[in-house]
Amino acid sequence: MTDFAQKAYTLETSPSLKRRHAKEARFKWYGRIAITIALSFLVFMFGAIFLRGMGAFQQTKISIEVTFSEQVIDPNGVRDPEILALANYKPILTAALTRTFPNVIERRDKGRLYKLLSSGAVYEMGKLVSDNPDLIGTSQTIWLPASSEVDLFMKGKIDTSLPEELRRIKNQDITYIKALKQSGQIKKKFNTAFFTNGDSREPEMAGILGAALGSFFSLLVCFMIAFPLGILTAVYLEEYAHKSKLTDLIEININNLAAVPSIVFGLLGLSIFLGVFHIPRSTPLVGGMVLALMTLPTIIIASRASLRSVPQSVRDAAFGLGASKTQATFHHVVPLAMPGMLTGTILGMAQALGETAPLLMIGMVAFIVDIPQGVTDAATSLPVQIFLWADSPEKGFVERTSAAIIVLLAFLILMNLLAVFLRRKLEKRW
Amino acid sequence: MGIIMDIQTEQAAALKPPILSAKNVDVFYGKKQAIDDISLGIPENQITALIGPSGCGKSTFLRCFNRMNDTISVCQVTGDIRFAGQDIYAPKVDVVALRARIGMVFQKANPFPKSIFDNVAYGPRIHDLAENKDHLEDIVITSLKRAGLYDEVSDRLDEAGTSLSGGQQQRLCIARAIAVDPQVILMDEPCSALDPIATSVVEDLMEQMREKYTIVIVTHSMAQAARISQKTAFFHLGKLVEYGETEKIFINPEDIRTQNYISGKIG
Repeated sequence: MTDFAQKAYTLETSPSLKRRHAKEARFKWYGRIAITIALSFLVFMFGAIFLRGMGAFQQTKISIEVTFSEQVIDPNGVRDPEILALANYKPILTAALTRTFPNVIERRDKGRLYKLLSSGAVYEMGKLVSDNPDLIGTSQTIWLPASSEVDLFMKGKIDTSLPEELRRIKNQDITYIKALKQSGQIKKKFNTAFFTNGDSREPEMAGILGAALGSFFSLLVCFMIAFPLGILTAVYLEEYAHKSKLTDLIEININNLAAVPSIVFGLLGLSIFLGVFHIPRSTPLVGGMVLALMTLPTIIIASRASLRSVPQSVRDAAFGLGASKTQATFHHVVPLAMPGMLTGTILGMAQALGETAPLLMIGMVAFIVDIPQGVTDAATSLPVQIFLWADSPEKGFVERTSAAIIVLLAFLILMNLLAVFLRRKLEKRW
Repeated sequence: MGIIMDIQTEQAAALKPPILSAKNVDVFYGKKQAIDDISLGIPENQITALIGPSGCGKSTFLRCFNRMNDTISVCQVTGDIRFAGQDIYAPKVDVVALRARIGMVFQKANPFPKSIFDNVAYGPRIHDLAENKDHLEDIVITSLKRAGLYDEVSDRLDEAGTSLSGGQQQRLCIARAIAVDPQVILMDEPCSALDPIATSVVEDLMEQMREKYTIVIVTHSMAQAARISQKTAFFHLGKLVEYGETEKIFINPEDIRTQNYISGKIG
């Protein structure tokens, strides 16, 4: 019995075992610390963007009673929507403001009063009337966007303790705002203009729709070019091509292309697509083509990896039955590789969505107010819009920049979720 | 009298030209020689077993008969291989037609990730063997019956082929090969991943199939070769050491290497 008590049979821990356990525990903690650091950066980044950007989803609006006088808007009575939209609404607005503040008589004071409203307010009125000509001749109470300064003041982003001459909101403006507040005529409302407008010089009128559609059209073009080209290239190289010096060279070049800085693709687009082919500048068409060049290597590499992961036994089974190469490939191998190919494509597209540098080279950085209707209309894209707004001196653009980043991130997350969903959905677990 | 008759039929069988024949076949993987000058003839409606230690080239040799080695780019086959008298490596031979005549069953059961029905129907579909839907169904059911699988799966033909057990999957692969109506079926260690019961089911099946098809089987199991085959070829290091009636090879082998392998001294 005592023999078993000897050291050779002990189940208790020894110093060397203890060291091994300690090593394991240490490694676990290294991992946890690394993840915590990474997560805290992420939380910090998202937190900062959200705190700053959330404000842009609200916009201060002022309610005033305006009289749509026919004499001012449409003296000839033709009711042409275009004339109605571009008529001079300024006198209507000033008259309405004067009626709201009857005590303001001084010219200088009136000037400040008129600046409470955005300079884009007249366009909103024009749109309202042209959409609904029956308004002419009536009096209506409507909510109009306040100017960016008033908006910032309402959101508490202006430090009123500063001396008056250092602020863009003067004490007098503050008294107007307080009066409006008391009568309930100034309120922060959901900022629909941010989602329905194109770019503007006025922060309160600037919207993301133009850039979002520009991005959408660019990605559409990019997908139409890069997806078929990428998949066909991958299938050919993986399933058909005989290994030779040439295919090795092509493979090396594809891998190298994936690592080329994106601005180089922009330069290529500038000199070839714009310089040689004369494709219209600043359009989603040329933007999408440049992005397709950039996305192509990503799609090819992901698709080839996906094809390679299809077991050889599937090909053998098809060949053994007398399937031709094309039948074996398209009946069996490609369907099995499709989820991986689609995931690679979507990830490549997500990368393209966030790309700014190559678009700067082909003129998609221009200030474009109009919302693009197709791939040949001048447009910008979401990341470029962020870049433009971040560069703007107006303080109102600060929160809009962050809001645009939120929108971009939302799209990226949506695309990645789509990739995950497609992979789950299409992957056959037979 | 009976004995004389037997001898006569055997002589007749021997006189009949082999359905598959190989003459001076060499196979190279790049610079490495896998098969060294092999010549043999495979008789019709018999089971021929290719045995030998791992890496002796028996699978490579088997894959020459339906040109599966074509799919390996570094593989070079030289020599004369004939199916029913035609050179299968002749330029005018369509490898697709060849593989429709010579089917194959692989070591690892490899059903397509599709339904049982579609697995069997795939071959007839690509070769346009069925005139209509009913005919196709007919082919599928007949093939499944010949493979002895129909009774087990008749009520779930639309379920995934990969959901079957290992032995059923291998019989599904046999049904799939039969569906194209080949003359020869090559089997590359079809039972190596199966348990003894599934193996015996597949072996019984092969014995029945012999009436209609010529079977060439590569096997690691000498017992299996002895049980099922009429002819046995022993391969060693890429060379054909001995080829003859199975009984003779196992009871009275001529070559010392065959003797050693069969008695378990090498392998």
